[in-house]
Amino acid sequence: MDLIFLRSLFTVLIFVAFIGICFWAWSRKRKPAFDEAANLPFVEPEYPVQDKELRHE
Amino acid sequence: MNTQTTYNYKVVRQFAIMTIVWGIVGMLVGVVIAAQLVWPQLNFDLPWLTYSRLRPLHTNAVIFAFGGSALFATSYYVVQRTCQTRLFSDGLAAFTFWGWTAVILLAAISLPLGITSSKEYAELEWPIDLLIAVVWVSYAIVFFGTILKRKVKHLYVANWFYGAFILTVAVLHIVNSAALPVSLTKSYSVYPGAIDAMVQWWYGHNAVGFFLTAGFLGMMYYFVPKQANRPIYSYRLSVVHFWALISTYMWAGPHHLHYTALPDWTQSLGMVFSLILLAPSWGGMINGIMTLSGAWHKLRTDPILKFLIVSLSFYGMSTFEGPMMSIKTVNALSHYTDWTIGHVHAGALGWVAMISIGAIYFLVPKLFGREQMYSLKLIEWHFWMSTIGVVLYIVAMWIAGIMQGLMWRAVNADGTLTYSFVETLQAMYPYYFVRFLGGLIFLLGMFVMAYNVIKTVSGQRAVDAPVPQTA
Repeated sequence: MDLIFLRSLFTVLIFVAFIGICFWAWSRKRKPAFDEAANLPFVEPEYPVQDKELRHE
Repeated sequence: MNTQTTYNYKVVRQFAIMTIVWGIVGMLVGVVIAAQLVWPQLNFDLPWLTYSRLRPLHTNAVIFAFGGSALFATSYYVVQRTCQTRLFSDGLAAFTFWGWTAVILLAAISLPLGITSSKEYAELEWPIDLLIAVVWVSYAIVFFGTILKRKVKHLYVANWFYGAFILTVAVLHIVNSAALPVSLTKSYSVYPGAIDAMVQWWYGHNAVGFFLTAGFLGMMYYFVPKQANRPIYSYRLSVVHFWALISTYMWAGPHHLHYTALPDWTQSLGMVFSLILLAPSWGGMINGIMTLSGAWHKLRTDPILKFLIVSLSFYGMSTFEGPMMSIKTVNALSHYTDWTIGHVHAGALGWVAMISIGAIYFLVPKLFGREQMYSLKLIEWHFWMSTIGVVLYIVAMWIAGIMQGLMWRAVNADGTLTYSFVETLQAMYPYYFVRFLGGLIFLLGMFVMAYNVIKTVSGQRAVDAPVPQTA
């Protein structure tokens, strides 16, 4: 087990981890949770502003 | 007496306003040094106004003062809104604002005085570096403290990017700034020779990757969906985008040191990782732009959306250009030429500044209780000034850079150089003027923004939105 072998092993492990993340991200089980998360910026109503006179020019 | 808890918008307001102020200051210094390259006598023979001292002032001001303030403002806003909770600590948040302001003022004094550690993008001397470290750790505590007390189950993807940016910059800054002080204003790096160069560009390129990219991608993942009023194109892609980007950027730094004393294999490694970076970068860009799919018509009428989407186009363009320039044979032509400067500004003006400007236009009315900015027409004007400014700038630098590279490497039949250095400098003249013009137009756009913001906030009371009652 020399250093070169360990380095190669690390590269392969990182690559496998990346493939794992892809499978995890596209798995059907994650879909509802991701949909929920994607809507987080929209779940709360915008604060009603006080501005009465809006100008556009 | 209002008993309902509100979001901490005060610190967001402070950073949002200072984003514009520092943007104008930093870009003004940029225009001045661009003018000095055309008219050298503009340094007035004063040491404090020499190009070599003003150039780090420009880079520090635009990256850390302008870009940094935009990141503080938007990250504090986004983390509160998407976690539905007030910032972790008001006192610590206020400290990050005043501490960061102190850092910027110290930089503005020390750099013109010639006090520098001479590390690019890390020029500030050790006492200021210590202050930066303290402010940054406080920032991390406020940000992650807020995430820990969130009222929602999921952590929105923008916060992942902001979080990675905050953590990584802390590590980069502390490692690269390790130095032995010899006096209050002078220190020497603890790393020797080529190792110092490698650490410096590990820092330098990740400052681009995490400060100027990951942080602003966090901005993109919140403000593009909000302004387009539709969720991000693919949340799955955003997850893969995140992990691919942060694990690849870390290794790309050696491309700044092609054909130097750095070991050859390290240079090749940097090149390969830079090429791989194209994939996550374009994944993110496509994710942002495709968010508009089905609502492209909004681009016609909404100038804020124009800023956000065009910034993504510039992001895509410069993240294609970057990997290409990291190829060693291309780099042999482009390195040390103005092509690099053009590349940086395609990213810094086109991507970083334009997405920040879009986000600030989104934020300002909300922070001051108005429905929208004072004038949409002025935003439209600002948009076109920015776009024309960037395009003039980068086209001038492409031509100048490639011409420089070709002239430097041209040799006669007997092996002597065809052109002297002064001849190449002379050839640059018209392009340096066009660059100055492009920068000036971009700066004037910032003044239009400042006017629009002043008109929007004057006479308005600061408004802190209430935190929704937990369901």
